[in-house]
Amino acid sequence: PDRRPAEQSHPEPMRNTLLEANVAKLGCSLPPARKTGTTICGVVYKDGVVLGADTRATEGMVVADKNCSKIHYISPNIYCCGAGTAADTEMTTQLISSNLELHSLSTNRLPRVATANRMLKQMLFRYQGYIGAALVLGGVDCNGPHLYSIYPHGSTDKLPYVTMGSGSLAAMAVFEDRFKPNMEEEEAKQLVRDAIAAGIFNDLGSGSNIDLCVITKGKVDYLRPHDEANKKGVRTGDYKYKHGTTGVLTKQVTTLQLEVMDESVQTMDTS
Amino acid sequence: SCDFYVSPARRSSGFRATTIMAVEFDGGVVIGADSRTTTGAYIANRVTDKLTPIHDRIFCCRSGSAADTQAIADAVSYQLGFHSIELDEPPLVQTAANLFKQMCYRYREELMAGIIVAGWDKRRGGQVYTVPMGGMLVRQPVSVGGSGSSYIYGFIDSKYKSGMTKEECLRFTADALALAMERDGSSGGVVRLAAITESGLERSVILGNQLPTFFSA
Repeated sequence: PDRRPAEQSHPEPMRNTLLEANVAKLGCSLPPARKTGTTICGVVYKDGVVLGADTRATEGMVVADKNCSKIHYISPNIYCCGAGTAADTEMTTQLISSNLELHSLSTNRLPRVATANRMLKQMLFRYQGYIGAALVLGGVDCNGPHLYSIYPHGSTDKLPYVTMGSGSLAAMAVFEDRFKPNMEEEEAKQLVRDAIAAGIFNDLGSGSNIDLCVITKGKVDYLRPHDEANKKGVRTGDYKYKHGTTGVLTKQVTTLQLEVMDESVQTMDTS
Repeated sequence: SCDFYVSPARRSSGFRATTIMAVEFDGGVVIGADSRTTTGAYIANRVTDKLTPIHDRIFCCRSGSAADTQAIADAVSYQLGFHSIELDEPPLVQTAANLFKQMCYRYREELMAGIIVAGWDKRRGGQVYTVPMGGMLVRQPVSVGGSGSSYIYGFIDSKYKSGMTKEECLRFTADALALAMERDGSSGGVVRLAAITESGLERSVILGNQLPTFFSA
């Protein structure tokens, strides 16, 4: 049993409150966290799972990255989509991926999705929601295909289809209409593609392309991009004036006199 | 019921207002719950399983914050499993309930968790213990919890009688939960039931269109 008094049981949030309190003294404002206003989703089908994500990263109302990758590698058989604060999803998935690889070497087995879920939820709960990572975790292990949704406070749900992010309601509407258990691969891919498309076209926080990740026993298809739903248009006109538009009357070329003042070579110490 | 302050920060993800219930009968317990998890006004999971196994013959019904109750249940499952191996015996329901109480009371300021612990053991048969927010522990023959429980106290008080059979308890629980789900916006979906006895565990689900119906205006 934990004998520490209750105040010290969650040290990490204390640091954040201290930082926020001292911002006024520092004289600057904390940078706004870059969020992936996002649509991510996943579906369990006959042979495995299909994960999908859009590719827009926003900083407030400006698109910071038009083609960011939101489907993160966890292990050869497990991938994780991330919504929420971009840095948090990136670092959290990388940390658990690293720990899971060490665990896998220790057990001498392919990692299980339930293990990744446990590690993620226990870490997020420890940080009491201050790590803004909302994840869709999917993979195939010795017990079959599995799909989890993981919330920033550390609760998880194990379901046949999940959506997360600002576009989750749009994507869930598509799933609730067309999901069936034990779909074929093409049907599942089309369903996920359409769900992400619903998020892209109906949610301002989501946009650009659709990435897919199809995980089956022994194989992973990382399809980036699967669908370039928002290709940049080709301009019809050209504003450059060609040579000869303005007639040349006279031409005078003057070379600049440059003297070499000093030449030296410094070798790097590579010993 | 006890007072508690609901902090607005808690509502952002996986918050569960709920209806949960447990009833003792001679030879075991019947437990039941609705299946709705909400984040604000959106239903994040409409088929949640709030009846969580802690050990072979001991379950808990979870209400309050999904993250808090999942974390507590995982921790208590681990502690109880370890204790059971040390004892080389199935653990007592009272032990499980006390482990929940210790955690819920120690961290009462940080947690939002209302839990009902129910199960069967050899010493005292079927038992129901309630650990509401704040960390109290008390054994009751019938117990309800969650936001939907407010609507069914009258029904429970008038319809409960001691000495019911397992089937009567299952019917009683299903009726109570259906009534609560009808009136409480934060409860809904399907009704999950479980009957725990010496011989084992029987789980069942009552889908939305199969729920018992009552008068509605």
